[in-house]
Amino acid sequence: MRELVIISGKGGTGKTSITAAFAHLASLQGGAMLCDLDVDAPDLHLLLSPEHNEEHAFRSGFEAVIDPALCTGCGTCAELCRFGAVRPGQGDDGTGWRIDALRCEGCKVCVQFCPAQAIGFTEKHCGQWYASGTRFGPMIHAQLFPGEENSGRLVALLKKEARTRAEALGLSLLLCDGAPGIGCPVIASLSGASQAVLVTEPTPSGRHDLERVADLCRHFRIPAAVIINKSDLNLQNSADIEQYCQEQGHTLLGRLPHDEVVVRAMVQAKCVTELPATPFSEALRSIWERIVHLEPKAAARPVLFQPKPNA
Amino acid sequence: MIYAIASGKGGTGKTTVTASLAALWDRPVIAVDLDVEEPNLHLFLHPELTSEESACMEIPVLDAARCTLCGECAAFCQFKALSVMGKTLLLFPEMCHGCGGCLALCPEKALSPGGRELGQIVSGHFRTDHSSSGRAQDAGFLMGRLRVGEAMSPPLMRQVKARLPQTPGTDILIDSPPGVSCPAVNAVMDADVIVLVTEPTPFGLHDFRLAVEAFRPLGKPMGAVVNRAGIGDMGVQDFCRAQGIPVWAEIPFNRAVAEAYSRGEVVARAVPELHAVLLALMARMQGAAATSISTANPAEVRHA
Repeated sequence: MRELVIISGKGGTGKTSITAAFAHLASLQGGAMLCDLDVDAPDLHLLLSPEHNEEHAFRSGFEAVIDPALCTGCGTCAELCRFGAVRPGQGDDGTGWRIDALRCEGCKVCVQFCPAQAIGFTEKHCGQWYASGTRFGPMIHAQLFPGEENSGRLVALLKKEARTRAEALGLSLLLCDGAPGIGCPVIASLSGASQAVLVTEPTPSGRHDLERVADLCRHFRIPAAVIINKSDLNLQNSADIEQYCQEQGHTLLGRLPHDEVVVRAMVQAKCVTELPATPFSEALRSIWERIVHLEPKAAARPVLFQPKPNA
Repeated sequence: MIYAIASGKGGTGKTTVTASLAALWDRPVIAVDLDVEEPNLHLFLHPELTSEESACMEIPVLDAARCTLCGECAAFCQFKALSVMGKTLLLFPEMCHGCGGCLALCPEKALSPGGRELGQIVSGHFRTDHSSSGRAQDAGFLMGRLRVGEAMSPPLMRQVKARLPQTPGTDILIDSPPGVSCPAVNAVMDADVIVLVTEPTPFGLHDFRLAVEAFRPLGKPMGAVVNRAGIGDMGVQDFCRAQGIPVWAEIPFNRAVAEAYSRGEVVARAVPELHAVLLALMARMQGAAATSISTANPAEVRHA
């Protein structure tokens, strides 16, 4: 199965609008399993209006809770906690200890070493995930509860579900919208991917973040192909990004213009390719054709990974 | 006072707003980039960087000669960073969260502390446009940069935050990572005031609601900046009104702003009509901070 993951490093470069249009174009060519892996701030559903066929709780990790009736106030937990999660003042008189749930890492050290066995350890319900149907095919997506952690585990779960269901349905393409950044959810979304599509923009931050996310793809040996969105904002920067891609051996998929059709489509909960043709949607269609016909290839320059000191 | 500039959705203009505020700030200030996965603030503030050091997290190192394969560490570890396979204890350092539990637990003292590189902490300084005395002044700059391939950003963020000087009278502006999960919460949890930057589109609104839901329980004063005002719809403004969240600034959409940004400029300097908008935002943020001192829990007040 071919697994495309659309990421960007920098947020707001157009990942989700582009993924939704790809979902539309793929649906005209045999279809794809769709997957929103930005579980923290998912937006793909706003364009694809999925109907939830299944809803599941996502439980992962634990959090410590001090029982004030058993706590002797010895402070062992506060001494051992590496995360600053044990805070003074649990009782009304300001004595004893309490756990700050936002800082608690769920490591169990305080539970293990509490001499009074006053600390409980409860599993956390971190979010919900869904198997849905959209006008472009089946979709797996989720919502992590605000402020929760373990997004990497949720991403891994979604990918596993998406793969299993795609196989059962005979779909040979998995199309995933990823999260910004280069941390745990992005790393989890790249696991097992056959191609990363990197959406960038011709700004200093777009370029900087592209290099870091491209280095991440190389680190995990995933081939990277680049789209330059809003390319006419700065033609010199766009040309520099193209040169960078050539030097690094990343496939260059093409340029998209800065176009208000993206917002117009979003307000109507549609994909740009569902609206009357614009230069943006036409450019996006040819980029999609290029992706469909990309030769499977190894990651760019499978050299030993060396992060640049000043990347 | 600590001000965190955050957003649910990425790319709404956090860094644009932080860089402009830092350049215009009229009190002693330190600009801090806590978006360690993709730090960008330096690309606009152009600070002179004077030091860079690597940041490490403590992870266990095995002395196999002492290990009796009792498996207590592996059974305890919540993150599957240790595992007994046949006649060896395997360590998976990239899974370790650095809690120190295995080190404390091992009855044979077969595990000792080692380090995993999280990334770098970079510091320097930049010039602001003016101070209360009317002259440009030197301001501090601090950023974390996650090592490419490292999955966990909160440990590095904690180390960057630990470098923040506790100088009374110096304000701190934090450029936060996008999203509403652990990295974003880590960036805003120590702030006195939260500024949420959003855009007036369905994506902007959806992620703004998530951010409000995530950050409101922290009980800190919070205001919105609507960037690219004029595109999209009025959903964000309507939501703010219904929720009682003040809109501290509207930055009109203007191609000149986007182009100045694409050249790595501070937009409040490059686009004259934004100068007053950002100054007004600064005044509202400072006003909210002044109010928060009088209402905050005394134990939580810092830099008071």
